[in-house]
Amino acid sequence: MSIADARPGEMTAAEIALGRSRRRRRRAADRLIDVLLTVVSCLMLLPLLFLVSNGFKTPQEMLAWPPTIIPNEPTFANFSAVLRDTPLLRWIGNSLVFAVLSSISILATSAIAGYILAKFPFRSLSVLFMVILATAIVPFEVYMIPLYFQAQALGLLNTTWGLLLGYLVMSFGIFLIRQNVIHSIPDELIEAARIDGAGELWIFWRIVLPLLRGALGALGVLAFFQAWTAFAWPLIVASRSEAYTIEVGLALFQTGFTVDLGRVSAASALVLIPSITLFVWLRRNFVQGVASTGLKE
Amino acid sequence: MLRRKRWRFAMLAILPTLAIFAWVRIYPIAETLRLSVHKWDILSKNKPFIGLANFRELFSDRLFIEALTNTAIIAFGVLLITIPLSLVLAALIHHRARSRLAGFYETAIFIPHVVSLVPAAMAWKWIFDAKLGPLNNLLGWFGVAPKAWLFDPVLAVVCVIVLCSWQALGYAVLIYLVGFKSLPVSLYEAAKLDGATGPQSFRLISVPMLKPITLYVSVVTLVSGFNVYAQAFVLASDAQGAPGRQVRVLVLDMLENSFRNYRVGYAASEAVVLLLIVLLLTLMQFSFLREKGGRT
Repeated sequence: MSIADARPGEMTAAEIALGRSRRRRRRAADRLIDVLLTVVSCLMLLPLLFLVSNGFKTPQEMLAWPPTIIPNEPTFANFSAVLRDTPLLRWIGNSLVFAVLSSISILATSAIAGYILAKFPFRSLSVLFMVILATAIVPFEVYMIPLYFQAQALGLLNTTWGLLLGYLVMSFGIFLIRQNVIHSIPDELIEAARIDGAGELWIFWRIVLPLLRGALGALGVLAFFQAWTAFAWPLIVASRSEAYTIEVGLALFQTGFTVDLGRVSAASALVLIPSITLFVWLRRNFVQGVASTGLKE
Repeated sequence: MLRRKRWRFAMLAILPTLAIFAWVRIYPIAETLRLSVHKWDILSKNKPFIGLANFRELFSDRLFIEALTNTAIIAFGVLLITIPLSLVLAALIHHRARSRLAGFYETAIFIPHVVSLVPAAMAWKWIFDAKLGPLNNLLGWFGVAPKAWLFDPVLAVVCVIVLCSWQALGYAVLIYLVGFKSLPVSLYEAAKLDGATGPQSFRLISVPMLKPITLYVSVVTLVSGFNVYAQAFVLASDAQGAPGRQVRVLVLDMLENSFRNYRVGYAASEAVVLLLIVLLLTLMQFSFLREKGGRT
């Protein structure tokens, strides 16, 4: 080693050969890792692939072993049966309205509260922030029963507003926006605007919001998927079939006695395909949002 | 004067959010705590204060104990599968970050975490199905006798653990990948110069350096494990609560006590137990982190 250090330009033939074989071994190891990761990735996706493919199978083919990934005689019978027998589209619509309204509410409250908590140094506000942080630890399941009675008292059971009651604010959202404001919006910028005579509302609307676009995008996608995949709360709030979200509708549909796997798979596939498409499309936002949940320190 | 005006703006702007927050978070949390020390069956008007009687009853309640045990087994089972697997996968993906397939690996492993829970659980229900499912057929090749995965109380818990791990893995890998990216490259270069192999620097550099992340992911995994409900609902309940077919978990027991047995106060005390577990886990995380901060 010391000799090579002394004369970096010159290497003996043996050294070159050694380097080459080491490089070759490393490349082989990388190929092996690639194969392993590809197998794992495919295994992770396999249950979903089978689910979609089962939706297209006839009852006979469902019994086949080994199971086929591409059905031999694809049929739409399962799809037309679930669409005929269940209000699947209505459930999807309910979920969609719920998720969109929830995202809007979470975005609005998080943006305002996050900004105020980041840039207005009053003692009362920091106490407030501690309270918000503390409640973030409490899982939804802990307080959903009293919340249910609140919804009931207001006559909101079986309505979108009732669903929304549990998903109006997100403690993590407020926290995320606050962090973003602190890191990406310098005090001087806001001070300069104030000196120029800008009103507080104008500053928030014209300076702060545009700078938060990335963070709000990530939070919005996170909020949407949170509501879209909600289960326990919609299950207790919606007791009538026409008020179900798609998650609840599917979960209860599959407990019926007369339901066969082909139809359940078809219904599930109908839900999965749009949400996977949406995810792949918004992947950047989503990954950014989820990754930021890990940066709480 | 200016400060006063600014204060007024801040208060006015935050007021609506604050009001919503108090209404749908603070109040129901306080109400859970209050109800847990009262006896209230939805129908009666009065809610007598009964102190800790609900909690005392909980720990002699066979169903609650069963639910608590199952939930704890599920939470720790998911943890034991997810953490080592996600750490290794993240390390491998990070190692191949420049490969063209890196995006595919990340997306494929992450998709189970984002897809709706119920349809995904349906896929696994088919896999575990005793008659139609591929799992029994696959095991048949190795001479394993077919099992009624979802009907056996022990195996059904295993199934829930597998499903939950499949979903939790993507999140853990993602957080670990963020962690790997933040590790100093120079450390690995130094190790390589000293002749360390890849697995060696993984074991001796990455694992210890990522300890805070491991702690964080573990707590998140455990907390969501203790809140497990939908997975157990879909996999292990058939025709609405048929006995012997359910993996009883905490949230299920809680909802049943509240809405089927009309014992809201009692259900609230279960919720408080769940809250205490989550608080304990979170406090453990913070104290570990502080300890680490003190040392360095």
